[in-house]
Amino acid sequence: MNTKLAKTIILGAAPFKFLLLAVALFLSYSSPALADENASDDFDIAAELESLEASLPSASEEEKEGIEGQISTLQYAIDNYIPLSSGFTEDGDGAGDILAGYLGLSGGVGTEYEYGFDFYTTSTLWTCIAAALVFLMHLGFATLESGLCQKKNVVNVLFKNVFIISIGVVTYALIGFNTHYPLGDWGIVDNWLSIGGPFNPPDGDFGGSDLSYGPGVGLCMTGYGDFIFQAMFAATGATIVSGAVAERVKLSSFMIFAVVFVALAYPIAGSWHWGGGWLASMDFKDFAGSTVVHAFGGFGALACVLVLGPRKGKYTENGIKPIPAHSFPLAAIGVFLLMFGWYGFNGGSVLSADPGNVSLVFTTTTIAAGAGALGAILASWVLLKKPDLSMGLNGILAGLVGITANADIVTIFDSILIGGIAGVIVVLSIMFLDKSKIDDPVGAISVHGVCGIWGTLACAFFGGSDFMVQLIGAVAVSVFAFVFAYVVFAALKATIGVRVSEEEEERGLDISEHGQESYTS
Amino acid sequence: MKLIKAIIKPFKLEEVKDALSEIGVEGMTVSEVKGFGRQKGHTEIYRGSEYTVDFLPKVKLEIAVSDDLLNKVIDAIVNASQTGKIGDGKVFVLPLEEAVRIRTGEKGDDVL
Repeated sequence: MNTKLAKTIILGAAPFKFLLLAVALFLSYSSPALADENASDDFDIAAELESLEASLPSASEEEKEGIEGQISTLQYAIDNYIPLSSGFTEDGDGAGDILAGYLGLSGGVGTEYEYGFDFYTTSTLWTCIAAALVFLMHLGFATLESGLCQKKNVVNVLFKNVFIISIGVVTYALIGFNTHYPLGDWGIVDNWLSIGGPFNPPDGDFGGSDLSYGPGVGLCMTGYGDFIFQAMFAATGATIVSGAVAERVKLSSFMIFAVVFVALAYPIAGSWHWGGGWLASMDFKDFAGSTVVHAFGGFGALACVLVLGPRKGKYTENGIKPIPAHSFPLAAIGVFLLMFGWYGFNGGSVLSADPGNVSLVFTTTTIAAGAGALGAILASWVLLKKPDLSMGLNGILAGLVGITANADIVTIFDSILIGGIAGVIVVLSIMFLDKSKIDDPVGAISVHGVCGIWGTLACAFFGGSDFMVQLIGAVAVSVFAFVFAYVVFAALKATIGVRVSEEEEERGLDISEHGQESYTS
Repeated sequence: MKLIKAIIKPFKLEEVKDALSEIGVEGMTVSEVKGFGRQKGHTEIYRGSEYTVDFLPKVKLEIAVSDDLLNKVIDAIVNASQTGKIGDGKVFVLPLEEAVRIRTGEKGDDVL
């Protein structure tokens, strides 16, 4: 009967599919790509090669090197069947141009490496993978925050995390991306403020899957690739706040705050630098967002915590009464997941598959994380008599935040210092905030706010950036985030309230806000 | 019939259980409890702030015994769970009016 035949086909399909895939892969790697005949209408490669060679004798010494580099690039591309399907175009944005640019930046390594990869495809692929890794950081945040809070508030913490990533990516598509990247077309105030519309590029017009979007070595991907990578960043800013206000914030107020914070404040602050605004024109350096993501989130969190107040019973007349974490395993898993995701956060911020930069950034990021943990362990052990696991975990994150601004311009030794100092700073900051009766259950203000500023300034100390410019940028974004958050949160407090009642806080937000228990046994 | 409630240190549970089965006790109920006596709590530290934990984890055993076995059981519990250090625990004896086996409905000493 038909069912038996159908079963055989379905059972048999899987092995056949794999076989087909293997054959397809083998063929695609072993056979040269077919050059598109029409593309060379734009540029005749052979003619270009000829004219370069003809220009050699009459060129100056400096020019000679450049021309010889171009010649060897072309020759190498031809010999190794580098796909030149978009050829060399007059705008300089074809796959061939990318290759030439890449080889030039790598100091003409050309013939030493055997690679037939399409740099553009690899870069886009890497960007998409990096976006997925940054998404994983939300899993890390969720796990870390639930580990560090009390058992009776776990559902609430997780719910906030689910909401933030969801509203983050959706608002980024509807308004965030184009607000973040006005690209010279500032709607309201030049270099300061522009509110954009939905991200919906028709093919061929900057973005979408048009292959000519960002075709340099510094930005090499499709428009959708750029969008999705940046979209994952956007939600991390708001989620920093969720940890600091945990266990006593009113859910609906927080949701309203998160929407405007991620949809408006984050892209506006980011547009000043990555969007080509006034900070960019001052040569402000912030590689992956120590200022525009971490300090932004950290100081927004500070504002909210000041408006919200501490958890009940934390600060008594007899001193600080700690509210310990309910699950250290969850917290540790969260931190390791965050570190794993950071490879996408920093590694993807290279915005291409440039092997030199990506491998450098992976290295400096890792070293800084380790040094951060060591710095925090040392500081907490000396100051607090016993080695504190939560401080060690915060130390890893502090090191990562510290290196985020400068991962591509520092050495390994610099990374050790940047991370180590961040680890010490975070411990001091956590203790200082507690002494000042500013209740931060997860240390978000210290890890992201304070260490974000440190990472930004480290660009000047270790990376050769201008100190005043770095300071101005860090302070400007932090103040903006603080004021924005303060105004919104204070307005919410005056209208619908931002805090649950004392009874609800004692009972736990899981029951009072959600009617659910986190662990039913 | 008597009901024995014994509070012991948690790590002594296996030893006490083995000692009791040797003398013929066939059942018990065990719960994890918290408590303190003259052994005060201890201090813990979290993110730089110290706090005292007054309640210590203990294990409570409840054993129903017939009168003739009572003293043997008490001795077995005390000997097996004793460490000589503060916090060893206590044994309480309560009179037990009735005992019923749910499966069969039997009552009395045979049930223990």
